[in-house]
Amino acid sequence: MTHNLILRVVSKTLIPAIIIFALYVQFHGDFGPGGGFQAGVILSAALILYALVFGLDAAEQVIPPTLLRSLASLGVLIYAGVGVVTLFLGGNYLDYSVLGSTQIAGQHIGILLVELGVGITVFAVMLLIFFAFADRGRP
Amino acid sequence: MMDFVIGHYNYWIAIFLMMVGFYTVISRGNLVKKIIGLNIFQVSVFLLYISLSTVQGGAAPIITEGTELYSNPLPHVLILTAIVVGVATTALGLALVVRIKEAYGTIEEDEIHEQDHSL
Amino acid sequence: MIDLFVNITLLAFLAITAVAIVRMTNLFAIIMLFGIFSFLSAALFVVMDAVDVAFTEAAVGAGVSTVLMIATIALTKDQKEKPSESHRPWLPLAVVIVTGAALVYGTLDIPAFGDPEAPAHTHVAPHYLEKSMSETGIPNVVTSVLASYRGFDTLGEVVVVFTAGIAVLLLIGGRRPTSKSDNPERDQNDA
Repeated sequence: MTHNLILRVVSKTLIPAIIIFALYVQFHGDFGPGGGFQAGVILSAALILYALVFGLDAAEQVIPPTLLRSLASLGVLIYAGVGVVTLFLGGNYLDYSVLGSTQIAGQHIGILLVELGVGITVFAVMLLIFFAFADRGRP
Repeated sequence: MMDFVIGHYNYWIAIFLMMVGFYTVISRGNLVKKIIGLNIFQVSVFLLYISLSTVQGGAAPIITEGTELYSNPLPHVLILTAIVVGVATTALGLALVVRIKEAYGTIEEDEIHEQDHSL
Repeated sequence: MIDLFVNITLLAFLAITAVAIVRMTNLFAIIMLFGIFSFLSAALFVVMDAVDVAFTEAAVGAGVSTVLMIATIALTKDQKEKPSESHRPWLPLAVVIVTGAALVYGTLDIPAFGDPEAPAHTHVAPHYLEKSMSETGIPNVVTSVLASYRGFDTLGEVVVVFTAGIAVLLLIGGRRPTSKSDNPERDQNDA
């Protein structure tokens, strides 16, 4: 598939658009449909498309699996870490109200961070799973 | 009578899909097809939950001015996470299939039993 | 009215696709049909006002899981499902019909589709819908319930995704040991 001109050109224009869309879904999830789960999957779909068209080696150069492994744990760490921070600030676990000056500001910060953690983990895990399957097929 | 059928049509289709998925899981020997059957089963559950969350004339649960009636957001949250967890567990099942193929050289249940002299 | 018509049509398509999936034997065609099945269910979720769910289903069901299934059949090199001798259709069919009949009996007491007075809509959901703006300032109630009201639940879900990722890596991460491949006899002694 690496020699197919039409696929290469079309995916080169599509992939940046998909990544921008994923970021929009991630950070606009408070106001419209979207959130960390969807954004993570869409972002990983962009890189899966890249791997399918340009080959696995190129994709693993863009984002090496070792980095992905750290990212997968980082997402969970961010999520759980927000909970621990709220504990230290005197609230309950994952009670975001104590993060900001007002309740609503705190909730905004908390939800943004938590959704970011979700997005990072889902993105990294989906891509890791794809790389695991694709790597297995190599001679 | 007609109202009753229309009011329960969604649930019945969900149950029908559940039957189809369940049947695929227990009656087919091919492991990939079993996993697809499990996925159909899963989608039927999603469908049942989302059907229960719908409110006639309601809008999507995003607060906007001038809208009074929204559908129930709670099942949406449960199913949204269930879909993502579902694909992760499906991937786990498929990874097991790959390992079974490497160990036994087949993904047909009958042939695996034959090699194990079980059944 | 048009909603109801679209709803009924899409559900009928969904049922037909599911039956087609069971009856086919070519695995590649089955997986492609499963992608269509996922898209149909995503469209159905839009009709039922669950936009966030539809979004996820379209990205996950039709995108990622189809790719993973195709990767699996590429790895296993099995394109066709073989007819099975030990699996006779009658016993599974009987089990499935009994289960389905029990569930249909159960639906007779469920409030009709779209009933605003259903118990599910009268307890905790109105609280979320009314208080979300003043308590969290977030218009998308699905996000506020997901991340704030039920944040602990979502933390669990993220950990499940993470664990499943680790398990897949343990099973098939890294290269296949070359000396043992294509040797189906090996595992007979272990079994």
